[in-house]
Amino acid sequence: MKIEETSGPQPTRRRLAEVILGGGLVASIVSFVYPVLRYLVPPALPDLGGDEVVAGKVGELKPNSFKIFRFGSKPGILVLTADGEYRALSATCSHLSCTVQYRTDLHQVWCACHNGLYDLTGRNVSGPPPRPLDPYQVHVRGEEIVVSRKREA
Amino acid sequence: MSVPLSIRNWLDERFGWEKLTEPLRHKTVPQHRFSVWYFLGGMTLFLFGIQVITGALLLLYYRPSANEAFESVQYIMTRVQFGWLIRSIHSWSANLMIFTAFCHMFSVAFLKAYRKPRELTWVSGMILLFLILGFGFSGYLLPWNTLAFFATKVGTQIAGQVPFVGMKVMIFLRGGEEVTGATLTRFFGFHIAVLPGITTFLLLMHIALVQKFGMSAPPKVEEEWKEHPEKKKEMRFFPNFLLRELMAWYVALGLLGALAALSPWGLGTKADPFGAAPAGIKPEWYFLFMFQTLKLIPAKLWFMDGEVLGIMTFNLAGLLWILLPFFDKEGNGRRQRMALGVTIFALAFIVAMTIYGYLAK
Amino acid sequence: MSVGLFVAVCVFTGRAGADTPNSCLDCHSGLDAPLKVTAEQFAQDIHSQKGLTCVSCHGGDPTKDDPDAMSKSAGFRTFTRKDIPALCGKCHSDAAFMRKYNPSLRTDQYSQYQTSVHGKLLAKGDTKVAVCIDCHSVHDLRSPKDTRSTVHPLNVPKTCSRCHADAEYMKGHKIPTDQFAGYTDSVHYKALTVRGDLSAPTCVTCHGNHGAAPPGVDTVQNVCATCHVFQAQLFEASAHKEAFKAASLGGCITCHSNHRIKHPDDELLGTGDKSVCTNCHSSGDPGFKAAGDMHAQLARLDTQVKSVEELLNRAEDSGMEVSEAHTAQDQARDALTKARVTIHSLQAPKVAQDIDAGMKIGEKAQEAGRAALAERDYRRKGLGLSLIAILIMVVGLGLYIRQIERD
Repeated sequence: MKIEETSGPQPTRRRLAEVILGGGLVASIVSFVYPVLRYLVPPALPDLGGDEVVAGKVGELKPNSFKIFRFGSKPGILVLTADGEYRALSATCSHLSCTVQYRTDLHQVWCACHNGLYDLTGRNVSGPPPRPLDPYQVHVRGEEIVVSRKREA
Repeated sequence: MSVPLSIRNWLDERFGWEKLTEPLRHKTVPQHRFSVWYFLGGMTLFLFGIQVITGALLLLYYRPSANEAFESVQYIMTRVQFGWLIRSIHSWSANLMIFTAFCHMFSVAFLKAYRKPRELTWVSGMILLFLILGFGFSGYLLPWNTLAFFATKVGTQIAGQVPFVGMKVMIFLRGGEEVTGATLTRFFGFHIAVLPGITTFLLLMHIALVQKFGMSAPPKVEEEWKEHPEKKKEMRFFPNFLLRELMAWYVALGLLGALAALSPWGLGTKADPFGAAPAGIKPEWYFLFMFQTLKLIPAKLWFMDGEVLGIMTFNLAGLLWILLPFFDKEGNGRRQRMALGVTIFALAFIVAMTIYGYLAK
Repeated sequence: MSVGLFVAVCVFTGRAGADTPNSCLDCHSGLDAPLKVTAEQFAQDIHSQKGLTCVSCHGGDPTKDDPDAMSKSAGFRTFTRKDIPALCGKCHSDAAFMRKYNPSLRTDQYSQYQTSVHGKLLAKGDTKVAVCIDCHSVHDLRSPKDTRSTVHPLNVPKTCSRCHADAEYMKGHKIPTDQFAGYTDSVHYKALTVRGDLSAPTCVTCHGNHGAAPPGVDTVQNVCATCHVFQAQLFEASAHKEAFKAASLGGCITCHSNHRIKHPDDELLGTGDKSVCTNCHSSGDPGFKAAGDMHAQLARLDTQVKSVEELLNRAEDSGMEVSEAHTAQDQARDALTKARVTIHSLQAPKVAQDIDAGMKIGEKAQEAGRAALAERDYRRKGLGLSLIAILIMVVGLGLYIRQIERD
């Protein structure tokens, strides 16, 4: 059963209301749908998660050298030892939070602020640091050096 | 033929649209000096819809594990296009929805719309309110920040104080003895599956009951209309009331957008389970009145532990409140005045303790 | 502490519950200071816990009463303050003996003491100086690892100050008595007491404990170098090393003070009124110019760090997330810290290098902050547009409702 529409010309007032309504409807729907559509597109930089980060590329470091990389909002230190092994540690000194570095002469991690010394497993060896540096796991994935940390559940 | 009309015809030929929507077209809404309160139910429903949509969108990027939850929310807030908008709307709308749900409940209580034959509408509504609070509590933990972690710790610990079953309930909620990543996973499951499932079912029942019995008018207005039937005014639900509701919903959308852009929901700092609780930790405002009351109760009352007594009193009060329609059935006698008195007291208590909780250190 | 020959008649009050007879404690627990020693007190003493008793140091016979307990025939020994180091040294310098109790304990305390100022003055007959029991306490002597020990790092400054801050007591010794007052005002003391940082230097860290003596004037920087390596190295290579030596000025302490070492302000450097450079340098000499240059360099980066900080705070207050920019800011601050160390080289170009590196990083953070504020403005514009759309919609609805209800 088809429904018949009401006959007769639409009064101008009503037309105006319908136009404004229609216009408002379209404009508001666009202003809601546009952000959602943009949201659905994944950003260029994928979220690898808080657990791991690409610290560098193979070949970037010479043996017995280091680089500082970002892990979340804190610095990390990646060392390539003279024997060709990668080690990664948290780079925030446990004494007063200065950023540590790798001493190529001592083959150990060192803090310039107050002469604190750590070995390559992160253990605080001498000087003021009261606690070791957190160690991270390093895996080489193709050309990328991936540093990850295990956290308890 | 106009576009809306041809769509209607198309739907009717395939769904029997006209027959389905027949009762809706006869639905009316009473018009009286308290009619403005009728908007609250629909508003709560609308905000729930907003939560479902923004929640589904957040699900595309959120990761429910202790290691990644905080970072994923940070990712949404900083990297995802308009992620900040979706997330802030979700958080603000949650609070707004809880507020409108409470207002809706109290307006129904004051207008005595819970009376026979609408008792089950009230009961289902009360359960829905508890479910909404459950949504709030479970959702709050999901960003895994310091405030949320400790609020959950305190909240579940209070639940654990209930005699006999308390510890079992606490372990069930926490997924273990302490608040850990297991708690996060569990709360996530509650928040996106268990609670929505139960809520959908109860919501359908609640709305079906409202459709069945129609909108109630307050007792005094009913009396007036009985004596002077010509004074009775009603508005058609469709399209008149619905268009007005639409206006209110648009205003709510504008408000949510403004809140998201001008006062975005914060991220906080990542939870550290071994860290110390921040000083002066408080739950979200909708739990504040209970929290503050428990703080005021002395440690021991007669032989009972003060906190346990407080929790049991709240539980009992909640239960009695659900049973209100079976106490205040009809008429205008002493019971009815008592019910009104209790309602006024409940509202005043909640408001006063919430304000107190805000101001207290 | 001199133990006089005190013939006292001790009244035996019941030895209820005493396992081994100890007439020493029975009497001495009832006496007044300085002779008072109680069983509870002595139970705290590490010597008592290792099985030593009054007899081990004092001799005598604890099974007898006075006067037999303290008779020469019972082996009772008297000693003066001058005898104490040698008395303690009798066991503590005997490696074979100490191995029986604690093999890892050092046994050079006595020989170190003899090289110290205290030891040298004692040998000359000055009994006012510290001997073992003044610092370590006696009869309730605890291991230095015990936080209640008078020689635990947290308590060392107070222990030394008992004499060294007492102007009356120190009269005649011709050294100042303001060290403790200065030290308690210092950054090292704050690290020790407020942060509980046990690696922070106390008196003995710089002066030695048993071999206590002030460090040599031209070797002060070696002491500071145990922690402040870079600063000391740069100083050693700088023009100041020979200049200070020639003027008999101590290395680090000339600018930083010895005890009242406060956290240095950038104003300590340069040509302003708070600067220490102007103590020696005046307008026209190259040192004056270098001081001014280096100060200006530090001020450059410091200003930038502060303005970027303010920018980022503004962004955060309006709800923008700028944690990455904050991380970059940390690196800029690290560069500033490095520059503040490099000034010890006294070479403005070297300082400028560190500053420039920091400025580059700071600029990145500034960019991020500006981008955050731009994003905020973009959001507000977007909000405005959507609110207009909503307003049109609401007005449209209102008009439409009015129209359909008119009919």
